[in-house]
Amino acid sequence: MLANKYSRPKSRRKNAPEGSFREQLPMFVMISPFVLFFLIFTVIPIISSICLSFTSYDMISSPSFVGLDNYRRLITSDAVFPVTVKNTVVFAVVAGPLGFLLAFVLAWLVNEFTAKKRALLSFMFYAPALVGNTYFIWQVAFSGDSYGYINSLLLSLGIITEPIVWLKNATYLMPIIIVVQLWQSMGVSFLANISGLQNVSRDLYEAGAIDGIRNRWQELRYITLPSMSNMLLFSAVMQIQSSFSVSLIAITLAGYPSKSNAVDTIVSLMQDMATVRYELGYASAIAVVLFIMMVTTRLIVGKALSTVQK
Amino acid sequence: MLPLIYAVCTSFKPLDELLIFPPRFFVRRPTLGNYLILPDLMSSLKVPLSRYIFNSLFISAVSTFFYILIATMAAFVLSKAKFKGRNLLFWVVQFSLMFNAYTLGIPRYLIFSKMHIIDTYWVSILPHIASTLGVFLAKQYIEGYIPNALLEAAKIDGASHYRVFWSIVMPVIKPAWLTLMLFAFRDIWAEVPNGTIFSEQLKTLPQIVTQITAGGTARAGSSMAVTVIMMIPPIIVFLISQSNVVEAMSSAGIKE
Repeated sequence: MLANKYSRPKSRRKNAPEGSFREQLPMFVMISPFVLFFLIFTVIPIISSICLSFTSYDMISSPSFVGLDNYRRLITSDAVFPVTVKNTVVFAVVAGPLGFLLAFVLAWLVNEFTAKKRALLSFMFYAPALVGNTYFIWQVAFSGDSYGYINSLLLSLGIITEPIVWLKNATYLMPIIIVVQLWQSMGVSFLANISGLQNVSRDLYEAGAIDGIRNRWQELRYITLPSMSNMLLFSAVMQIQSSFSVSLIAITLAGYPSKSNAVDTIVSLMQDMATVRYELGYASAIAVVLFIMMVTTRLIVGKALSTVQK
Repeated sequence: MLPLIYAVCTSFKPLDELLIFPPRFFVRRPTLGNYLILPDLMSSLKVPLSRYIFNSLFISAVSTFFYILIATMAAFVLSKAKFKGRNLLFWVVQFSLMFNAYTLGIPRYLIFSKMHIIDTYWVSILPHIASTLGVFLAKQYIEGYIPNALLEAAKIDGASHYRVFWSIVMPVIKPAWLTLMLFAFRDIWAEVPNGTIFSEQLKTLPQIVTQITAGGTARAGSSMAVTVIMMIPPIIVFLISQSNVVEAMSSAGIKE
């Protein structure tokens, strides 16, 4: 198979004088700052958040242990939760893979251009992520009165006669939020892919040409994709992370709760519990459930990616 | 791109154009008014504007530097050293990316107060410098593009682990850490501290921006103006980072 021929040798080194403490010491020195700060600022807070999910905690009195009550309430008696799960899954299933594909295809296309054009194009695609919180601009664009850009454009073209209340209409909300979310979140994977493409050795392409790679599709399939597998996994994880965590955009554009809960997500619900209702134990339980959903997806996607690469 | 052009246009619009119907996308009679009143808006501040700018730049630069150094070192060890628990650690790193940071605020706050770093520069720097995203990206990159043969050759030549990391790994993964530099700077630059900074002398630009944009419609123009000003440093970092990524490409050539 061509694929095997050109993918990097995976063998681990065997002959290095491993093991002695003196020899390994620099490695421990180099990883320890990360491990230290990672434990303090990430692992310990996560563990305490998981512990909080078994308690009732309003931030005023100290947490009291309630066992699995939060989870029971979430699954059996919270009317909004199933809706938010549905919405979150829709975002994840639509925006996740779409963002993943777009980030790769755009990076691959941009990489074909000369240095200057490439810089300009990557700026265009990355700009939304670069300037962070500018998505409130979409609020002006989709504004429900005839002042909104989309409405005034459609009105002047005679396509509609009445302004459409975009952000209060359950049918339009989901597609709008998906588009804005894609616009906002694709940048990280896109740039990671660009940086990955820089290191695909050109020797591989030359060798491929000699070995009978006839067109760009074969080149993509047998050389570029296998060399990019590590970056693709990164990009997949980032897309899972961002598409399961849609909330800020939805809350900014549609409010919470949105019309008919059309775009309320698990994270929106969790934020509402934590900051408006001060039910921190319950919010933590939601976080844990979301975490389990994302980890499961990550494992499935990992399996899928590794079969594609073979 | 359109929303960005819109932001720039709006920031140059005079008041009557901001409220015009039907709204226009482009500016007709550009004015610097929105920018010129900024010093007035700022003059009510207790500390000179330069102090906020310094704070923002200082925190972003220091955090970004350590972010890259710590992440690439950890990634190097995770991908090339052999020790027990290496895989476990990597899975923990990956999974921690999946835990929504929202509920971590309270536990983190408690940790900050235990460490007595609330209302100091530390609280704006330390939490950023152990980045799981950074380690993950750098590790994927090192594993994908640094053949073990290269490291072994260096070892045979008598290079220490530190030297291998600094003179072999870092140059090859330059596109990756330049990209990380951008991610880190962008996030840290825009960060609004949440109840951890009270001293006026320690506040950063985003906090001032929030104060100005809270002014409502009358300040629509000037809040666009500050938004545009806030975009400039990340854009500069982007240009530095991406032009070097392209350059790195033309020089990188690892033979296997």
